[in-house]
Amino acid sequence: MSTTAQPINPGKLVERQQLALQDPDWVRWSLIVIALSFIGLFICLPLGLVIFKALSKGIEAYWEALSQPDTLAAIRLTALTAVVTVPLNTVFGVSAAWAITRFDFKGKSLLTTLIDLPFSVSPVISGLIFVLLFGAEGWFGDWLIEHDVKIIFAAPGIILATLFITFPFVARQLIPLMQEMGNQEEEAALSLGASGWKMFWSVTIPNIKWALLYGVLLCNARAMGEFGAVSVVSGHIRGLTNTLPLHVEVNYNEYNIVGAFAGASILAALAIVTLILKTALEWKSESER
Amino acid sequence: MSILLSNISKKFGAFSALDNINLEIPEGELVALLGPSGCGKTTLLRIIAGLERADQGRILISGQDRTEHDVSKRGIGFVFQHYALFRHMTVFENVAFGLRVKPRRDRPGEAIIRKKVHDLLNLVQLDWLHDRYPDQLSGGQRQRIALARALAVEPSVLLLDEPFGALDASVRKDLRQWLRNLHHDLNVTSIFVTHDQEEAMEVASQVVVLNHGKIEQQGTPSEIYDQPSNAFVSGFIGQTNVFDLGHQDADWLQTAGLSTLQQQGKIVHVRPHDIVIEKSTFDNDAFVILKDWQHLGALIRIELVKNSVTGQSASVYAEMPNEQFKLLRLNKGDKVDLKIRHAHWFH
Repeated sequence: MSTTAQPINPGKLVERQQLALQDPDWVRWSLIVIALSFIGLFICLPLGLVIFKALSKGIEAYWEALSQPDTLAAIRLTALTAVVTVPLNTVFGVSAAWAITRFDFKGKSLLTTLIDLPFSVSPVISGLIFVLLFGAEGWFGDWLIEHDVKIIFAAPGIILATLFITFPFVARQLIPLMQEMGNQEEEAALSLGASGWKMFWSVTIPNIKWALLYGVLLCNARAMGEFGAVSVVSGHIRGLTNTLPLHVEVNYNEYNIVGAFAGASILAALAIVTLILKTALEWKSESER
Repeated sequence: MSILLSNISKKFGAFSALDNINLEIPEGELVALLGPSGCGKTTLLRIIAGLERADQGRILISGQDRTEHDVSKRGIGFVFQHYALFRHMTVFENVAFGLRVKPRRDRPGEAIIRKKVHDLLNLVQLDWLHDRYPDQLSGGQRQRIALARALAVEPSVLLLDEPFGALDASVRKDLRQWLRNLHHDLNVTSIFVTHDQEEAMEVASQVVVLNHGKIEQQGTPSEIYDQPSNAFVSGFIGQTNVFDLGHQDADWLQTAGLSTLQQQGKIVHVRPHDIVIEKSTFDNDAFVILKDWQHLGALIRIELVKNSVTGQSASVYAEMPNEQFKLLRLNKGDKVDLKIRHAHWFH
């Protein structure tokens, strides 16, 4: 699930290859065929199947499944989660990248390692952490019950778990780029009389904007698609605490095939839009180098 | 504007980058901070700019204490070694940046900005590039744009970090001359950092030689060259032959015409052009042999091998005009006599 790979430019990879390193034709063709059929079998086919299943009882049943109050509530909750977590993690990601690439402080390498923690921990564990903290039996459980604050089995818990899961995306995109760029342009801006704020908006942001958007995009995709951590803290209350991925699972378990796949089709469409935007961003940042 | 640095020290961890630097730079000078890499020259420049903070000491610019001023309020122009042009802005916008970020009440109108930027671009002779982006320019062009950008805010002091470091040799030669002329026209107090002694001697009106975070000598290029204050400066500026009187060299130096009696020092530095050679007229034990020579344009550099009685041999370099060398009609392997016209003595 975790996708932190740097943008790659397929053209450049081949260009670098020496003639001596070129494999014989049959090797090349069989590798290409294997790669393509793998993608066809495990990515294109399931994606097609989602849409096929969603429309299996006709377009009307599809629309009906989508316009169910529970489905609409799941879409709303998913959107709310993304709207809260993505901006917060964007701010966090930029601050963390700034701190790591521009300052020297104790615990810097620890911070760099910890940023990756959500990638290395199973999402279920990430969810459980919040149950242990805020659940009825958790550390803050009594206090929360006393003050009638609901976090677990409610939207705040879902948002917290999603925040945790998605916080590396922006920082991970920015850190290598900002390290490579250095801070001379920023120093130049300051020496020309710019304030720190002005420098940030007119020099730093334009230089990192494509990587930043790329990180935000990945962060958003994950925020909307996260299942494991959210599943633990949600409580699966229909129409209240089901996000779209959870809604799909609930419907599927109840043999509501059209309902499940209609929800899945929205997630699939989101993935396709994400891919298109991602490719466009990569192309854009490549062409501006 | 004049610059006064008093008691500037800076440590990076346990490493002392600058140790009690006191320096006065009169108005209108073009000063080179010269020294080997790691001597603290760039750190000193960055401290003057306010990009780095000194552990102790004060910085006064035209009599006013600017130690606590932020880099953005210090009134300096800084040209970075790798230019640091804003890559997402055109040349025009790069130069205009310093004017556009001024607080609203000081900010000139668009028409004035336009005129000023074009004037500056004309000054650096690159107005025709105003709508290009930095990555479309050559190194020399970027350097000049960086200079124009720094000048746009009318700094009281111009600071340049290795301004010619990243350029190829021919461009560097042109730019040196150009910078000298520009400084002559603008007369803004300027400091540049370099590790190239030739560059410092050619461009600067004052040279400050630094080593291990300390100032070794400050003076005009001719003072630095003709009266080096210590062995480091003498060895760092120009070519020099080093003889140590502790060894067998005393006798030999006397036969070369240098009196060693009244000298206090123990180490002798002799510039190659202070050695005169002639075809040997008599046999002596400590003879000198012509090993090889190289053409340096108008000069010939002569490589000599000096054999001592103990059987040790050492290389000595001499320089003389091409024409004069031809008249001597020397061949490789010939014995020669030396005359040392002038030497510096150090402890």
